[in-house]
Amino acid sequence: MSMHYVSEAPFDAHSVEQLTPEQEKLYLASQWRLMWLKLKQHRLAVGSSVVLIIIYLLALFCEFLSPYNLHTRHTDYIYAPPQRVHVFHEGEFVGPFVYGYRYQLNMENLKREYTPDTQNIQKLRFFCRGDGYRFWGLFETDVHFVCPASDGYLFLFGTDRLGRDMYSRILHGAKISLTIGLVGIALSFILGIVIGGVAGYYGGVVDNVIQRLIEILRSFPELPLWMALSATLPVTWSPILVFFGITLILALLDWTGLARAVRSKLLSLREEDYCTAAQLMGARPRRIIGRHLLPGFMSHLIASASLSIPGMILGETALSFLGLGLRPPITSWGVLLNEAQNINVVALYPWLMLPVVPVIIVILAFNFLGDGLRDAADPYK
Amino acid sequence: MADILTIKNLQVEFDYHNSRIPAVRNISFRIPQGRTVALVGESGSGKSVTAQAIMQILPKKAHVTHGSIRFDDPENGNSAEIVSLDPMGRQMRAIRGGRISMIFQEPMVSLSPVHTVGNQISEALLLHRDVSKSEAMRLSQDMLDRVGFPDPKRAINTYPFELSGGLRQRAMIACALVCRPAILIADEPTTALDVTIQAQILKLISDMQRELNMAVLLITHDLGVVANVADEVVVMYHGQIMESGMIEDIYRNPSHPYLKALMKAIPHFDMKPDERLTPVRHIESSVGELLRIDVDRELQANPVHLEVRDISKSFRIKKNPIFGKSAAPEIKAVSGIGFDVYRGECFGLVGESGCGKTTLSKILMKALSPDEGNIVYYDKTGQQGVDVLALEGDELFKFRRKMQFIFQDPFSSLNPRMTVFDIIREPLLIHEIGDLDYQREFVKELVRVVGLDPRFLNRYPHSFSGGQRQRLGIARALALKPDFVICDEPVSALDVSIQAQILNLLKDLRKELGLTTIFITHNLAVVNYIADRVGVMCRGRLVEIADRDSLFENPVHPYTQALLGAVPHPDLAKPLDFDSALESQASDPASWSAPFRCDESASLELHEIKHGHRVLREA
Repeated sequence: MSMHYVSEAPFDAHSVEQLTPEQEKLYLASQWRLMWLKLKQHRLAVGSSVVLIIIYLLALFCEFLSPYNLHTRHTDYIYAPPQRVHVFHEGEFVGPFVYGYRYQLNMENLKREYTPDTQNIQKLRFFCRGDGYRFWGLFETDVHFVCPASDGYLFLFGTDRLGRDMYSRILHGAKISLTIGLVGIALSFILGIVIGGVAGYYGGVVDNVIQRLIEILRSFPELPLWMALSATLPVTWSPILVFFGITLILALLDWTGLARAVRSKLLSLREEDYCTAAQLMGARPRRIIGRHLLPGFMSHLIASASLSIPGMILGETALSFLGLGLRPPITSWGVLLNEAQNINVVALYPWLMLPVVPVIIVILAFNFLGDGLRDAADPYK
Repeated sequence: MADILTIKNLQVEFDYHNSRIPAVRNISFRIPQGRTVALVGESGSGKSVTAQAIMQILPKKAHVTHGSIRFDDPENGNSAEIVSLDPMGRQMRAIRGGRISMIFQEPMVSLSPVHTVGNQISEALLLHRDVSKSEAMRLSQDMLDRVGFPDPKRAINTYPFELSGGLRQRAMIACALVCRPAILIADEPTTALDVTIQAQILKLISDMQRELNMAVLLITHDLGVVANVADEVVVMYHGQIMESGMIEDIYRNPSHPYLKALMKAIPHFDMKPDERLTPVRHIESSVGELLRIDVDRELQANPVHLEVRDISKSFRIKKNPIFGKSAAPEIKAVSGIGFDVYRGECFGLVGESGCGKTTLSKILMKALSPDEGNIVYYDKTGQQGVDVLALEGDELFKFRRKMQFIFQDPFSSLNPRMTVFDIIREPLLIHEIGDLDYQREFVKELVRVVGLDPRFLNRYPHSFSGGQRQRLGIARALALKPDFVICDEPVSALDVSIQAQILNLLKDLRKELGLTTIFITHNLAVVNYIADRVGVMCRGRLVEIADRDSLFENPVHPYTQALLGAVPHPDLAKPLDFDSALESQASDPASWSAPFRCDESASLELHEIKHGHRVLREA
């Protein structure tokens, strides 16, 4: 037999409706602030965004940060291996320096062999004068963050077949490789929203035609299609025009995923009661789309866009690697990798493969960030 | 009677943005063998979390911080401390589903759509009992027979989507009971079902309980259900137990202020005409000047406000959009509905799920167009009616101001990305009413009208509880100063403690603003409380229409009678007649008796039996 228990504690009917200060803070927060709070909890995404910010800053200041210009050649040091930065020489503090090379040609396999010359100490200089450049196209300057000793040399990542410093070239290449992703995604974003929006909003036959078109586009093998399209770019075009041509090609093939995301999100949001409510108030389609639908899936779109930037970067890298994308003198990571096509080169001078490392880092970072954004995209779940 | 489950000082906490919020605070109760313990509370009171803690299926964010749950198996005398068991360990898996099983609210999502019913029932047996496959199938079929499947042999090979909601819940129960558990945890087992089916499922659970001598932990918010099946009651609020005891103590002598308030907040059938419900949380509502100005609606010569005639609408199930040549079957959602709504009254529309009431409301709001029929709206000034279905463009835009809609789901009806101010101001913006200053004043007034604090205007809807959101929805609907409001199940998604608050608010606003309303619901007690006249719908037809008193005192149509008979009352003196509920097939028009029978050959029409009381029957 159970006894009749009645709680003695004081009772407040409103206690469930009262908020703690933390809840209060959350409840005043807008959608973007809630997303930010949620994104902050995704450690990997936060770390990745820090990495990306650093890499973009590096690209922005590449002329200043690199010791040499893009095209500076050192004909005496062709295929030189990476130098190590030392601080102590024979137990004695010297400050950051590199050893010079001793050079000899291996007559058996015709390999250029460089060995560090421990007698030749080249102290690095900081905030020093070197190759001249136009900073952001604004003013002429020749200040660099780091330069070799006044009559020495500095090849942190080695040199290529023309004796150009790989470290400087990778930094310069970042500019093109990183922007092509952003420009391309901006283009495919517009295409995706417009085409997906038309399909989702009008539905019916229009939707059907667009869906089938997307399926056809997606069923093409990507690489041959890219190749065919880039082959149509006139040879007479200047490298900068080719750059835009390539971004356009990448964007033209990439919008399908975004368009699908837009369409499905639009279809599901249209069913929400608040859209019906606006309709019953007499709101016109433009208001419903602009005020209720678009803000609803913008966050999702940004997440899926950040997930497709890696595809763009990889696409450019692949095309340039095959020699169909950007052409020198424009330099991207893909163009640099073009040098590493020959298996002999890779076997003898493995540092030519180094541009792969930043590609991997950037793509992983974008993927992790996109992941975090996607989780945060709907803070009301 | 031995206690088989003893919960002592259980505390469960959830991680929430770097802090921990207790969901269950220091609760203790026990479940005796063969008895039904009801765990009652509103949403968020911690009742489901308690059940999850017993089954060790708490979400990752939740932790049992202290307390114990002891399970004493009556079959072999073993006892186990559930809190200390590994949730994924062998011992816990043997208990979960074998000795303690659970059924859930939504039978569709709890059953796998890609396995047959027989497959899913025998899976439990194969996991927990040492039986062969064919033996398991035989036992499953036996179980299906016991839970009342008409043809268990066939049912064993059907997929869940082939079954109706009631049969699905029966299959769920068969699944849970096939291993003969010592305890069945039923988490809102009938909330998603219609009343007529609810009675059948409740009867089934108590029959099975007697047969297997098992204990039942019934989790529900419905005090009517509790009164009919429970032996003991535990009332929870905000994670704590407010009151517990034998059912007689709880219903005859409620002592805690919360329980007393809850009992007063539930609408019931023998309320006096002017009796008001007392909500658990009182709200202060005041209609101000801006809203009142042009709402002095003097009575008109023509009392009819909205005239609905012969509305029919069928849906075709769309097949393949390209190759869809074959004729798709047609489903009649609404057929031949006609009624009048008088100025200033509240017309209640009652029916079970799928009866077409929502389709009808959409047609009235011009969100859907019917196949045939017409709707005429009479303005307060003129005798000339407006043909609602013929409205287009600008005229329709102007008409929108007269008729507004209140939604069922307070969560999806407010855009989560807009502040409360923007949400309520939106109709004013769309119709270009007033300048910003006027709009700000008016929105403030509207918020006060629904009893909310105007300081909340900068907040986003996610900071409000269900009841508060529903009040925001009401404020938005009033912003255009409509004459006519359609409420589609406005309280169905809310807790009982809040229901009374919203019902009173709607009642007061109707009186103060002279609104005409259509109130759509499946809850007869609610309709009894709020409506002046009531229409009963079944399978797309209006079967009975009358003023409230004649309908509830003298229901004529067999469907109305069955509907009224199946409502569980929160009153021990009025138990449900389970036997007649089990027999009835009331929602099938073909099973209605002679003058009401509805099949191909019958020509039925609404027949006036008393002034204003009409019933669908053969002429």
